[in-house]
Amino acid sequence: MKKYIIQSIRLTLVLLVLLCVVYPITVAFIGKMSKGNGGGEKITKNGKTVGYALLGQSFTKPQYFWGRPSAVAYNAAGSAGSNKGPSNPDYLKEVQSRIDTLLKYNPGIKKSDIPADMVTASGSGLDPNISEQGAAIQIQRVAKARNLDEKKVKELVAMNTLKPFMGMFGPSSVNVLKLNLALDEL
Amino acid sequence: MNTELTGIIATFLLTLVIAIPLGKYLAKVFAGEKVWTDFLKPLETGIYKLSGINIKEQMNWKQQLKALLTINILWLFYGFFVLIFQDKLPFNPDGNPGMTPDLAFNTIISFVANCNLQHYSGESGVSYLTQQYVLMFLQFVSAATGIAAAVVLFKAFRDKTTTELGNFWEFFVKSITRLLLPLSFVMAIILTFSGTPASYEGKDQFISLQGDTVHVSRGPAAQMIAIKHLGTNGGGYFGANSAHPFENPSYFTNMVELIAQVIIPIAMVIAFGYFIRRKKLAWTIFGVMTIGLFMLLLPMLSSELGGNPALAKMGISQTTGAMEGKEVRFGPAASAYWATVTTIISTGSVNSMHDSTMPMSGTWQLLGMMINSFYGGCGVGLLNYFIYLIVAVFISGLMVGRTPEFLGHKVEAREIKIAAIITLLSPFLILAGTAIASYIFTSHGDAAWAVQPKNWLNNPGFHGFSEMLYEMTSSNANNGSGFEGLGDNNIFWNLSTGIVIFLGRFLPIIGPVAIAGLLGAKKFIPESAGTLKTDTKTFALMTFAVILVLNALSYFPALALGPLAEYFTMLK
Repeated sequence: MKKYIIQSIRLTLVLLVLLCVVYPITVAFIGKMSKGNGGGEKITKNGKTVGYALLGQSFTKPQYFWGRPSAVAYNAAGSAGSNKGPSNPDYLKEVQSRIDTLLKYNPGIKKSDIPADMVTASGSGLDPNISEQGAAIQIQRVAKARNLDEKKVKELVAMNTLKPFMGMFGPSSVNVLKLNLALDEL
Repeated sequence: MNTELTGIIATFLLTLVIAIPLGKYLAKVFAGEKVWTDFLKPLETGIYKLSGINIKEQMNWKQQLKALLTINILWLFYGFFVLIFQDKLPFNPDGNPGMTPDLAFNTIISFVANCNLQHYSGESGVSYLTQQYVLMFLQFVSAATGIAAAVVLFKAFRDKTTTELGNFWEFFVKSITRLLLPLSFVMAIILTFSGTPASYEGKDQFISLQGDTVHVSRGPAAQMIAIKHLGTNGGGYFGANSAHPFENPSYFTNMVELIAQVIIPIAMVIAFGYFIRRKKLAWTIFGVMTIGLFMLLLPMLSSELGGNPALAKMGISQTTGAMEGKEVRFGPAASAYWATVTTIISTGSVNSMHDSTMPMSGTWQLLGMMINSFYGGCGVGLLNYFIYLIVAVFISGLMVGRTPEFLGHKVEAREIKIAAIITLLSPFLILAGTAIASYIFTSHGDAAWAVQPKNWLNNPGFHGFSEMLYEMTSSNANNGSGFEGLGDNNIFWNLSTGIVIFLGRFLPIIGPVAIAGLLGAKKFIPESAGTLKTDTKTFALMTFAVILVLNALSYFPALALGPLAEYFTMLK
């Protein structure tokens, strides 16, 4: 028994060095060569960081495309979903009020045009994407707020649409931050 | 064809393409045969030397378990104190506080047991030191513990009669050097180049396009996310686990993480067959497990792709399926596939929030964890399945009126008693635990705990009951996912799930290893016309029936009170 205790202690110490020093530091070192140097890829505008490429941001002004509802208000120092169950009455009221808000700010769209992702909170609260349909229902509003031709906005949406992986796997999506940056640059 | 469906089909096929050769490789590694990774031998020799281990020393099953338990108990003490004092230790750039004793108790058992139930949130609850030197460390060694225990079982059936089951330390170290570490390294690099942070920089701050100040938690995440999947641990770096864009940046990384968590459990089944020179047995076990996977996956896909009926009534478009708690870049199909594999295998990482999935999906998630052996966790999945096999052998033996045999060894009263205790342990822990929790919720709602019992549940009615049932089931299965609406960081849940995790981990390791050790030592009986063959389709069907009947009898009433009741209420 005593033998096992001593062996356990020594083996644990050796493995701590291998698994917690050598392995992660090697990965971190190689990671320096990746985009964002292994600290997350940043997006800069006029020399200032305005966001991380992978993280969604809160957009509420009419001239920007809006992202999905978030349980943590896009605070990237935390992350969480709403954890609301599908039959929770309070939750269903919340969804109804999101539908009403979208209908109010996007005149001209029908209820049946609204896709589920625009009225439901994401898993992380930091979802950077919306569906193509989610962008489509906002084109008219954004074009009007910016005095742009709807066609032009539509083109920008198409340019910022991410097709399925290798064209075959998974859904397509629209990155809201990149789309809004492209709009600001017009 | 729908790109979401082609995505999950491709993921499953790629899993098999990697897992099957990996299984054959593992059989050779543990048998000590020549393999291409033998260049790592000097590293292993060095580890043995520094630790004072002589791998030529043969152990019987009792010594194997002693070694296993000794080192696991050591980790419990080490981790507990580091977690409590993490605020006073270095590498804490975000200045996070030390854990309360009850939270540290829960967290350390959870990570030693390969469960990774998390009652803290990664961004605010742990330091960089604890993320790596405790949590990630344990993700490696707990997975290796499970694999090594399974190899002890392999050893018992390789030779005709034996009490020498090899050296535990050798199996344990090789699981790390030949399997977990190299694969983790490759995967961590893939993740880093896909956008996951890997550096030690602390929190960042920026001003968003609209002018809000935003803080961003970062840190060495890629290293941990790799082993969290390969080791079927599931404990995430960030609170939202693999739904977080940093932990799982794209559909591509989602496929990588999905493949990573399934390959070792499948490979262990294949390795078992090749190691004991009964390949057909491995393929029948694999067949039963795979049918189990699809029986849970298909209905879950259908309910998630179908969307939330309550939202459909509001008149919006649900062509993309149910989206609450899901990420747009994965979509509902890949989220349902993930929810299935993460529950049948004891990973417990999530890429969507299970609390918000449809009621019937919740049923399949719970059932996956209750069965806990359709592939199952690293090593332990096969150990769990072994118990079902012994029960099936016993029942078949009774049906034909012969002494039951397994692989040439008589299965007698002592082995059956152990198997029966292990079989009954899960329903006892899950149902008694949920019953106590429900009692406290209804009768002692005002107890002055960190979260008052009356405020535990994030959802009313049947769904609230499901939240408690899920927490206990996940703990017993060492799964670690949760219906995260549950207010679980308080003394009741920390202590109760800690105890359930501990018993649900170590007894189902001790039981099968003991049975295997006892059987292996018995006289070998050559096959005859009267032998019950365990590698036939008939016996596979028998095992499947045993699994279904045992679990249905144990859990149907509890499932009926939770997700099933919610489902039928929503039909109205």
